[in-house]
Amino acid sequence: MSAGTYYVPEQSRLPIWASLGLFLTVFGAANWINGNAKGPYIFLVGGLVFATVLWSWFSIVISENMAGKNSPQLKRSYVMGMGWFIFSEVMFFAAFFGALFYIRNLALPWLSGVGDGADNGLLWPGFEAEWPLLTTPDMAVNGDAATNIGPGQSMSFPGWEGMLGWLPLWNTLILLTSSVTVHFAHSAVKNNNRKGFNIWLGLTVVLGVVFLILQVEEYIHAYHELGLTLQSGIYGTTFFMLTGFHGAHVTIGTLMLFIMLMRSLIKGHFKPDDNFGFEAASWYWHFVDVVWVGLFFVVYIFG
Amino acid sequence: MAHGPAKGLTRWLYTTNHKDIGSMYLWFSFAMFFLGGIFALVIRAELFQPGLQIVEPNFFNQMTTMHGLVMVFGAVMPAFVGLANWMVPLMIGAPDMALPRMNNWSFWILPFAFAMLSSTLFMTGGAPNFGWTFYAPLSTTYAPPSVTFFIFAIHIMGASSIMGAINIIATILNMRAPGMTLMKMPMFVWTWLITAFLLIAVMPVLAGAVTMMLMDIHFGTSFFDAAGGGDPVLFQHVFWFFGHPEVYIMILPAFGIVSAIIPTFARKPLFGYSSMVYATAAIAILSFVVWAHHMFTVGMPIAGELFFMWATMLISVPTGVKIFNWVATMFKGSMTFETPMLFSIAFVILFTIGGFSGVMLAIAPADFQYHDTYFVVAHFHYVLVPGAIFSITAGVYYWLPKWSGRMYNETMGKVHFWLAFIGLNVTFFPMHFSGLAGMPRRIPDYNMMFADWNMISSVGAVLFGAAQLVFLYNVISTILSGKKATDEVWDNPEGLEWTVPSPAPYHTFTEPPAIK
Amino acid sequence: MLKTARRLCAWMLGFTCLLAAGGALAEEVERWKFNMTPGVTPISQNVYSLHMQIFWWCVAIGVVVFGIMFVSMFLHRKSRGVKPANFHESTLLELLWTAIPFAILIMMGIPASKTLIDLYDTEKSEVDVLITGYQWSWKYEILGEDVSFFSKLTTPTDQIEGHASKGVNYLLEVDEPLVLPVNKKIRFLVTANDVIHSWWVPAFAVKRDAIPGFINDAWAVITEPGIYRGQCAELCGKDHGFMPVVVEAKSEADYQAWLAEKKAAAAAIAELTEKPFTFDELYAKGEEVYSRSCAACHLAGGQGVPGVFPALKDSPVALGDINHHIDVVVNGVAGTAMQAFGEQLSEVDIAAVVTYERTAWDNNMGDLAQPIDIYNHKQGK
Ligand code: HEA
Ligand code: HEA
Ligand code: HEC
Ligand code: CUA
Ligand SMILES: [Cu+2]
Repeated sequence: MSAGTYYVPEQSRLPIWASLGLFLTVFGAANWINGNAKGPYIFLVGGLVFATVLWSWFSIVISENMAGKNSPQLKRSYVMGMGWFIFSEVMFFAAFFGALFYIRNLALPWLSGVGDGADNGLLWPGFEAEWPLLTTPDMAVNGDAATNIGPGQSMSFPGWEGMLGWLPLWNTLILLTSSVTVHFAHSAVKNNNRKGFNIWLGLTVVLGVVFLILQVEEYIHAYHELGLTLQSGIYGTTFFMLTGFHGAHVTIGTLMLFIMLMRSLIKGHFKPDDNFGFEAASWYWHFVDVVWVGLFFVVYIFG
Repeated sequence: MAHGPAKGLTRWLYTTNHKDIGSMYLWFSFAMFFLGGIFALVIRAELFQPGLQIVEPNFFNQMTTMHGLVMVFGAVMPAFVGLANWMVPLMIGAPDMALPRMNNWSFWILPFAFAMLSSTLFMTGGAPNFGWTFYAPLSTTYAPPSVTFFIFAIHIMGASSIMGAINIIATILNMRAPGMTLMKMPMFVWTWLITAFLLIAVMPVLAGAVTMMLMDIHFGTSFFDAAGGGDPVLFQHVFWFFGHPEVYIMILPAFGIVSAIIPTFARKPLFGYSSMVYATAAIAILSFVVWAHHMFTVGMPIAGELFFMWATMLISVPTGVKIFNWVATMFKGSMTFETPMLFSIAFVILFTIGGFSGVMLAIAPADFQYHDTYFVVAHFHYVLVPGAIFSITAGVYYWLPKWSGRMYNETMGKVHFWLAFIGLNVTFFPMHFSGLAGMPRRIPDYNMMFADWNMISSVGAVLFGAAQLVFLYNVISTILSGKKATDEVWDNPEGLEWTVPSPAPYHTFTEPPAIK
Repeated sequence: MLKTARRLCAWMLGFTCLLAAGGALAEEVERWKFNMTPGVTPISQNVYSLHMQIFWWCVAIGVVVFGIMFVSMFLHRKSRGVKPANFHESTLLELLWTAIPFAILIMMGIPASKTLIDLYDTEKSEVDVLITGYQWSWKYEILGEDVSFFSKLTTPTDQIEGHASKGVNYLLEVDEPLVLPVNKKIRFLVTANDVIHSWWVPAFAVKRDAIPGFINDAWAVITEPGIYRGQCAELCGKDHGFMPVVVEAKSEADYQAWLAEKKAAAAAIAELTEKPFTFDELYAKGEEVYSRSCAACHLAGGQGVPGVFPALKDSPVALGDINHHIDVVVNGVAGTAMQAFGEQLSEVDIAAVVTYERTAWDNNMGDLAQPIDIYNHKQGK
């Protein structure tokens, strides 16, 4: 462990502005959701402040690194920071996957009057646990008067015939490919192959965007043709929560990679032995990819 | 590198210095402790006698909720992070925290988050009134509109905690002076390393829980609604998967503080250092598989009940190891009883009593009688007040001379201790009795059979609160006009923090110290 | 042993006794009660002895641990001139104090597991009661008997607000207790209509969370006739402290008589539905129904709680179409705290309360709803 001289940054205005920005963003969002007309504006101002701060924060970190102020030790701290941050994201997803697991394996059978919840049949006569859940307990009991309406159709594996038109499959292929391309980009930068790096990274960004477009396409399809919405009982709930939360992460990841691409194209950043900015983004990308594979299996294949 | 603190307000607003940030955390948490304490006094005032005297039932519920939230997220957690900021770099011979700017960000989120949370008290419909455990659907379909602000406050508090924890882990793993191997680290550093891991693992799960609430409230999903195929109990599982590790987040650093203080005043090295480390790790690991002991009455299958009962009971073993180690450290020492030591000894005794009631609660069939009564309230105040709060107090007395360069007033410290010790027991011991006699928690009014115990509790609460005023006065007068403290402060204490001058210079260990 | 402890407590706290004696406390209230009730069911007695057994284990461990601490605090203090020893490890000791607590836990856990398994055995019940928690009352249905009714707090506001002296059963009294036969295995099926409640009777060691949409069960064999009181044990909103549980255990014959009486009363009410009422009759009855069932949320003056419970004074619903008004009360407003009162209140009560709300507090509509209108509304007309 080489401690050496440690660079303690000078005072910084960034943190307090970042806090203010974050606060205004959520305060605005809460007001907005609660129907206060000023909400969207507060939200927007907050988001702008926050984005500006993040921008200059990263610029400063980058220029410090370029100026050679970062000791190997500090660089290690950044690496650890990113690693643990990704772990926290894993746990965030775990909460939603856990919810899905609980609903499918415990709550629904109980509601249908099976096993330990045998008496629940009294409350929901005629309800049957199935997954994807198209008929909610409310529908089973109240028929047309129900307010919790299940989806018309699910997003599950359509069988081998319909496979080629099945978007999730394409999305899986796209994301898997993008994991490979981002890995090639990494190898390229390590071999000091700037052109290769730009091409592979650019390709990854494109794949990310295509994924997002298809995802939006899929949602439109779900809303308009399958009658599958956020409100479609627990199936719609978990489907959109998991895929939507993942989609938000893909968006962030794509943005990160795009910025890395710009840094390389415009500023010529990243050296064979010093490219953690890019590496962090690629870790994030791999993580998002792994989550998708999990989603693909539990939400679509075994869904 | 040699720069000192900046002048004026910007020193605090823009700082990247771990000592400044540590101080801010500590003052913030002190303020929140008083705010949460005032809420507690409102509760105790209403419960002084049967009948509704002072507040409406709905406002009473808001007080209970805000008291729990402010104490847990505002007082205890930031106090421990503040202590970590101050002491971890000093203890491992590091110049600062690993990521100094992010460090300041973690702090500054908190005042905003708590301002937003407190502002709900003035909104139409009032503040959150569903308890600090915010069970759905009371906290979703039936909640006041301010719940949205509560949800976002939890989100950003969580972000603050996660960033703080990442920083602490990176500091400990990456910034130790050469020669400071893991098994040479002081216990406080070890306990914080493990606590930080717990934080990163469970704060996101809490964020997940409130996100699902937000979706159910505003976007028509049915996570917690059986009519759509969801389950209100799902909320409880997600919450307690966070909530139980959370209570150990509030006690592990306390174990670390006490493990530093007892050896100093017993003048004898800590007994069983390595078993202390393993016990801490064991508690942390077990804490992930016991969450449903808060839910024995929700109607889990019998297999679940049995599993969670046994797993919970098991936690007593590693915790017992710690208690026995402290006792063995004192045994055959040469003890003196300065204020930090008094608080630490009270910690060991009273925390053990809280642990005993914990074991009783863990016995599932008996918990059917204890659950949601004042017996539970007594349990968790015994582990939290003489546990978390006393250890923090002990730590402040122990390290204040190092921070400020001045010695606190010992007599006043002892007065504070005895008032707090008596006040606490008078407040919380009778709650065991009222709970066993059948008094449910979270009620603003009760039958006369509980009147006597409640009256005593309320008197004790005022006493305990008054003791904290002595504390405040003592800390301020020490900083302003205490006697000069020596560099070692105590009689030959262990640890790198005592090798630097008092007050600790603005920058310490810019050159790594040599470790034996 | 317990007696002495009790006397000791009472003596030590005599000071507060004096304070409390000033208040007008009824003599019958049991004071300074400090332990769990052994209860009147086999399970509750098991739970009680489990509780005491574990308590004594804890006391014993405490005596040893604190004893050693106090001894060393007394003997090994610097002021007595002792020099500190320097030991800091002993594998044997550490093994011992891992193994002994482990053994103790096993000794606690085995009887606990047995009791738990027993507690879960709800098979072969003789009487089934479906209990539904509402904000803030309990609904009881004796399954298979066609008897169903609500049970609500009856303690008057005057007592709560301190204008009248409090009765012995302050906050633990209801209009209609649940009546059960003794020495029969009774199964409680517990659920809720809105938020989570918890049905708790300490004397039976039955505490079961009432989860909306799910049914939990528990059982009891009550061995002694008597009146047993408990409370809701899960925070369920504003009046969580005001929804007691009262169970009256009677002999089989008395229980059958009670069932018959209940059925007769239900028939009588059905008959009333046919009969037209005058405005004044409805208004007077409505006022009473309102204060019992509605004032908890909408408040006695109809002003509501801003942001949570709407005001009914000047409310567009109370001043608008009467059919819509009836609809809100009968069917509630889905997804809000406004529950469907159609099944809680009789047609007469609903007609009365609607009539009342439309004229009280200067609403001055002056129109009225008849029970038959409510009946028709429920039939979808
Ligand atoms: C700092 C916080 C803290 C700590 C450390 C603990 C520690 C423990 N807690 Fe506690 N607990 C809370 C905070 C804490 N708790 C809170 C806040 C709640 C309520 C939340 C809410 O509902 O609002 C709660 C509620 C709670 C419940 C749910 C009760 C209910 O709602 O019905 C249970 C049940 O099992 C429980 C058990 C335990 C156990 C077994 C321990 C163990 O870790 C204790 C271990 C320690 C010892 C046992 C003492 C020392 C050991 C020895 C001397 C060895 C020998 C001993 C034996 C062999 C017995 N706790
Ligand atoms: C670390 C956490 C922590 C701490 C330190 C405390 C401290 C205290 N708690 Fe808290 N409590 C909780 C965590 C904590 N509590 C939680 C999690 C709950 C559950 C909430 C829920 O049900 O959702 C709870 C619930 C709870 C209840 C049950 C409420 C209910 O069920 O309705 C009560 C009742 O007496 C209570 C009392 C107190 C008191 C008297 C103190 C005292 O120790 C406070 C002392 C501090 C002060 C008094 C402030 C300082 C002094 C001044 C401001 C000066 C002025 C004062 C005087 C001159 C007297 N608490
Ligand atoms: C548990 C609380 C609660 C109780 C008890 C309650 N209400 Fe309500 N009531 C509400 C809430 C909440 C609403 C608002 C529903 C909404 O958001 O539309 C409401 C709305 C109403 C409205 C419509 C008012 C308007 O302006 O929208 C009427 C009429 C009404 N209640 C009558 C009654 C009557 C009659 C009773 C008693 C028999 C009663 N309520 C008992 C909570 C309650
Ligand atoms: Cu019903 Cu509490
Ligand atoms: Cu717990």
